[in-house]
Amino acid sequence: MAYLVLEDGSVYEGEGFGATRTDVIGEVVFNTGMTGYQEILTDPSCYGQIVLMTYPLIGNYGVNWEDPESLRPQVKAFAVRELCEVPSNWHSEGSLNDYLKRHGIMGIQGIDTRALTRILRSRGTMRGVLSERMPVPGSLAAMRSYAVVRPVDAVTCAERFEIPGKGPTVAVLDLGLKASILTSLRRRGCRMIVYPAGTPPSVILRDEPDGLLLTNGPGDPKDNADIVENIRGLTGRLPILGICLGHLLLALACGADTQPLRYGHRGSNHPVKDIAKDRVYITTQNHGYSVVEDSLTKDMIVSHRNWNDSSIEGIRYTGHPSFSVQFHPKASPGIMDTGYLFDEFIGELGTGSAGKTLYTELE
Amino acid sequence: MPLNSNIKKVLVIGSGPIVIGQAAEFDYAGTQACRALREEGIKVVLVNSNPATIMTDPDIADYVYMEPLCPDSIRSIIRRERPDSLLPTLGGQTGLNLAMELHESGVLAEYGVRMLGTPAESIRRAEDREAFKQTMEEIGEPCIDSVIVHEIDTALEFAARAGYPVIVRPAYTLGGEGGGIAGDDIELARICADGLRYSRVGQCLIEKSVAGFKEIEYEAIRDAKGNCITVCNMENVDPVGIHTGDSIVVAPSQTLRDAEHQMLRASAVNIISALKIEGGCNIQFALDTDSARYYVIEVNPRLSRSSALASKATGYPIAKVATRIAVGYALDEIVNSVTGKTYASFEPTLDYVVVKFPRWPFDKFTTAEKTLGSRMKATGEVMSIGANFESAFLKAVRSLELGLWSLEFRDALKTSDEELERLLHWQSDERIFVVTEALRRGVSPRHIYDITRIDQWYLYKLQNIVRTEESVKAAGKSYLTAQNLRRMKRMGFADRAIAAWCGIAEKDVRDMRRRMGILPTFKMVDTCGAEFDAVSPYYYSTYDTENEANPAPGRSVVVLGSGPIRIGQGVEFDYCSVHSVWALKEAGYETVIINNNPETVSTDFDTSDRLYFEPLTPEDVGNVLDLERPVGVVVQFGGQTAIKLAQAVEEMGYTILGTPLADIDAAEDRKQFDALVERLGILRPQGGTVFTAEEALELARRLGYPVLVRPSYVLGGQGMQIAHSDADICEFMAVINRYGRQDHPILVDKYLSGKEIEVDAISDGEDILIPGIMEHIERSGVHSGDSISVYPAFSLSRRLQDTIVETTRRLSIALHVRGMINIQYIVSNDELYIIEVNPRSSRTVPYISKVTGVPMVALATRCALGEGLRAMGYGTGLVPARDLFAVKVPVFSFEKLPDLEVSLGPEMKSTGEVLGLSRDYSEAVLKGLLAAVMRIPDSGDILLSVQDNDKQDLLPLAEDLAALGYNLYATAGTAHVLNHGYVAASLVGRFSEPSPNLADMIRGGHVRLIINTATKGRDRRRDGFRIRRMAVEYKIPCLTSLDTARALIQSLKLNRTRTEITPLGLHELTQTPRGTQ
Repeated sequence: MAYLVLEDGSVYEGEGFGATRTDVIGEVVFNTGMTGYQEILTDPSCYGQIVLMTYPLIGNYGVNWEDPESLRPQVKAFAVRELCEVPSNWHSEGSLNDYLKRHGIMGIQGIDTRALTRILRSRGTMRGVLSERMPVPGSLAAMRSYAVVRPVDAVTCAERFEIPGKGPTVAVLDLGLKASILTSLRRRGCRMIVYPAGTPPSVILRDEPDGLLLTNGPGDPKDNADIVENIRGLTGRLPILGICLGHLLLALACGADTQPLRYGHRGSNHPVKDIAKDRVYITTQNHGYSVVEDSLTKDMIVSHRNWNDSSIEGIRYTGHPSFSVQFHPKASPGIMDTGYLFDEFIGELGTGSAGKTLYTELE
Repeated sequence: MPLNSNIKKVLVIGSGPIVIGQAAEFDYAGTQACRALREEGIKVVLVNSNPATIMTDPDIADYVYMEPLCPDSIRSIIRRERPDSLLPTLGGQTGLNLAMELHESGVLAEYGVRMLGTPAESIRRAEDREAFKQTMEEIGEPCIDSVIVHEIDTALEFAARAGYPVIVRPAYTLGGEGGGIAGDDIELARICADGLRYSRVGQCLIEKSVAGFKEIEYEAIRDAKGNCITVCNMENVDPVGIHTGDSIVVAPSQTLRDAEHQMLRASAVNIISALKIEGGCNIQFALDTDSARYYVIEVNPRLSRSSALASKATGYPIAKVATRIAVGYALDEIVNSVTGKTYASFEPTLDYVVVKFPRWPFDKFTTAEKTLGSRMKATGEVMSIGANFESAFLKAVRSLELGLWSLEFRDALKTSDEELERLLHWQSDERIFVVTEALRRGVSPRHIYDITRIDQWYLYKLQNIVRTEESVKAAGKSYLTAQNLRRMKRMGFADRAIAAWCGIAEKDVRDMRRRMGILPTFKMVDTCGAEFDAVSPYYYSTYDTENEANPAPGRSVVVLGSGPIRIGQGVEFDYCSVHSVWALKEAGYETVIINNNPETVSTDFDTSDRLYFEPLTPEDVGNVLDLERPVGVVVQFGGQTAIKLAQAVEEMGYTILGTPLADIDAAEDRKQFDALVERLGILRPQGGTVFTAEEALELARRLGYPVLVRPSYVLGGQGMQIAHSDADICEFMAVINRYGRQDHPILVDKYLSGKEIEVDAISDGEDILIPGIMEHIERSGVHSGDSISVYPAFSLSRRLQDTIVETTRRLSIALHVRGMINIQYIVSNDELYIIEVNPRSSRTVPYISKVTGVPMVALATRCALGEGLRAMGYGTGLVPARDLFAVKVPVFSFEKLPDLEVSLGPEMKSTGEVLGLSRDYSEAVLKGLLAAVMRIPDSGDILLSVQDNDKQDLLPLAEDLAALGYNLYATAGTAHVLNHGYVAASLVGRFSEPSPNLADMIRGGHVRLIINTATKGRDRRRDGFRIRRMAVEYKIPCLTSLDTARALIQSLKLNRTRTEITPLGLHELTQTPRGTQ
């Protein structure tokens, strides 16, 4: 047996899977993607969260070594309607159950996931505790006071590393990056230098990159005052692309404010309008915060809007060559229709010095 | 981009009669389209030859034409109505082909009619194989190695190069008609010859077979701005090689990783963008099971069966959205009617599993070839929704109404292991049950996968069901702990199946789980996985913790739908169900529909106040009733499916609105019915009931041959035969009793030859209203659904009409009918005999309602609610005939069902019907035949071969045909009689005789019509059977009754004197109908 207890006191009784744990505390969020559970589990933006899938059958196609977005599952726990024990796919290298067991992650199945989703939708994101036995009052109290502190620190890389490429050099500030961001850039020929989240501007600038990419990542953007300060030191110095948390931090750095969403946007079917193009794109989203409309400064133009709730999904900066989006243009899981944003970003990068190109070619 | 204000009047072309490959889904799509257009203030001109549809209702379109779907008649309608636009993509392949023909021939340009939505050039590039292949190459989408051929030699050359097996796909056909898989030169030559003939442009695609790959479909929508979304993807459980219409289909895909799904989705978007589709589009892929390699199989630039399924599976109204796009809107301007807040520019997410299961006609056509391939054979389908695959699958199985309550399939149970292994290789309608039986006997999923290429994921799920079945069977009642029972109910097992395995009553299981608190919960289909608060009242059952449907008790009326489209139960019952719902709404009730057919208007979530997408079984219906606590239940509009549930509804303590259960039984039960007609002094053919062959023989001899033999409690004359001898009796009884002794008796009646008359009446228990009397062109012996039926009756004396009205009245009152009653009579020697009574709505109600102007279903529903007819304003008694003739002509799908006997008899074979409407009788017949695609060119050869009894009657007909300038050919006996009667007819040799013989003649391509009456249709070795089958394969009209031939010849004569047929719109029939009493 396994029990998921929410901070409002409601109890969901199901069957445990994965690793057997007691008192796993996290923020309970739901994701509406019908495929891509392995990508979702390994997305560092999910750090500290108990992720609930609205699609009822999870684990159907097993797990493999190609789909993860980071080296390990990042979620605190996983909640599904029904776990598939016997996966079937040519690419499958094992079952989801074994995978989670190996990584010490607990799951719960057999609960009414739709009922739980409806509660999260109406009451907003809540904390919860998952346990193999009925949680005692003490652990409920611990759950109610649970907060993830500076999750970015937990998921960013330990030190700077480089990925060679023949094209322009992109500095990637790792706030909890998904591997597919790097894949997207590499596919476009970029050379990449990835920095830990706390890297000061001077260190980045010393490498003379052509542009800066602020990645996705977990948690409340306002937890990261020092990183915001660092980013402020880089605006105007480099073309910047912000994605998800990167988008929020860039907005904070440029004087706007952020706010939590009631229950976040998590899934692969969110419509976003590119206002300049007058086109709606279906995007992958995984965020619980957004930029406050009224806090926008004069040099911020809303470039993208969520077509469901009108929230800000993208900002273009008039004072410096920067733009950012709240959604994930690299998808994974999800739809790849907004990959053009990477092209736009690379288009804004300088061509780079001839010497540098020569250097990478020699490499 | 808002509404294009230049659009004022739009022509919508429907898909015509229900045939295999084109069923009710286009009534659903067309109805949605018409409503969407009228919501924009646009006038709608609708053309559809199918009178059973909802779209041809005067309240759906402004100008309704039930006219033949051929270029000439559409052109006449365009000239009269002068629409400014045409919407071509909602009437299936028929509507699309017609629109393209009108476009290509310049008719649209001549009258300034523009095509809305997807442009003609896009349609051409998607439909024309050559252009399609070229487009795919340009945008880098992989197509299967293939060649376009116009003759057989090129096909053979290609196959020699690419290797067998190869698939033949004719261009511009529906349901894969004329296609097939060829394993060698001989097969290829044969299939290719067929394909070239079936194709409108004499063109086939020959492609390397990817049979065994996964078949995945995407439903995509694009607007003029270029916004693209995919509504849903669907995975076929059966691999490539079985037509998707004959495959079990699951939504969303279950075995695809996100990367694979996104790869195919990106390809779908790439294709729909390159083709510049403006509206809906279906894209089919073949995906390798061992790599991420894929091929694009096919693109349909229109609404399709799959898009109807995707609409129902997700809640996303594809037809409505496609229509709005066609009149100028963009996806981001169209509100999502499910949430009422968000827009159509998003992709639905499902939090349940959907299973579609095809419904094949092989329960009726027991001798037809059951092999499934690239030519579709299913007449309809069911859909089910569950929280897991097992429950969705089991729900689908019991929705089929094949008497299956679990995966135990009677035939497979008896099969030996060796035979079972052999059957696994045979792609038939029963294979999934062969698979489950193999799993039951311990055959490994891997081995079954190797043979069937059904993904192991599904096999493991089926194994899970089978293992549970076996556990219950082994342990019996002791297995039923609360935990096990809850698990089984979550897996979708029926109480009835559980009860049977445990040797207890179904009610015991129900009571047990009620005590244990194991009760169904209803979840909403909301397009968004509960992310947003939805307003769509669309539900399915699960055994979970939270119930989302909370209707107030005592306010609603539940209408039971008619389930899947099958022979004998078509779209007409959906018409009746929907109209009943509308009438109930009008009367102030909350309305509820329970149905499981994804193709229909009734399962549109905005038709009723609440829709429950559930199997139509006592348990599943009972669950909804327990939730709704309705005022009453309406069972008389959902065909035999709904009426069969009457007893269960009453036993559960709910009220049946309308004719009481006891009287429904009195009409269906032979003994009670005999007693009733005797008491009322109504004549009926003599007869009785039997159970065994011996009893049947004895009775038949007593009555004297010929006799009519049929099982009771069936639909569409299922299993009904005329027996001329003891041998016939033995044969028929063996077929009827092949699954053991029947629960219900078998009826044996004296066969009477005479005129068949049909009446649909409405009764309030005291008075009746008969909107019209129908007379069949064929003599008794041909099933009423297969007869040409004429309104008004054209040869009845005043006295007989009065007798019919009076008999109908007395019978209705004696049976306490409140609502609809359908009665079939025979007039033999000027006496009226009653042959059948159905205490429910019938297949003729939609067309009679339309042509008489009497809203029959609405009136019947009000009667069921207790109102009196006199207060309704239509009077009582017989409504005087209108100044018009309406000729209903049956349409068959013989070309889809090889080996099926074509000759008509008491067992129904038609899949659909068309109407010919005119002020003139002969023109009405001509229109009906034209609409049934019975087009006879002005000259050519006619082949005659009739049985002995018909030979003299043929003489005058042959004389007429000769006078019309046709060359007559006849087989020996027929030629002899004709020549002796001074009608010139050339002799044609039998099949066994040397060339040139019958086969050469039919193949020769000059035969325009075949008249062949059968001595006895069951022997497929006889020449007659072969003539008729060849006629079907070579698309030559073949008449099997001289009565039909007589009507045809009459209309041919007329056709010679007319240059054009005149359209007659429903809006032109203005006189208000009123009964005479």
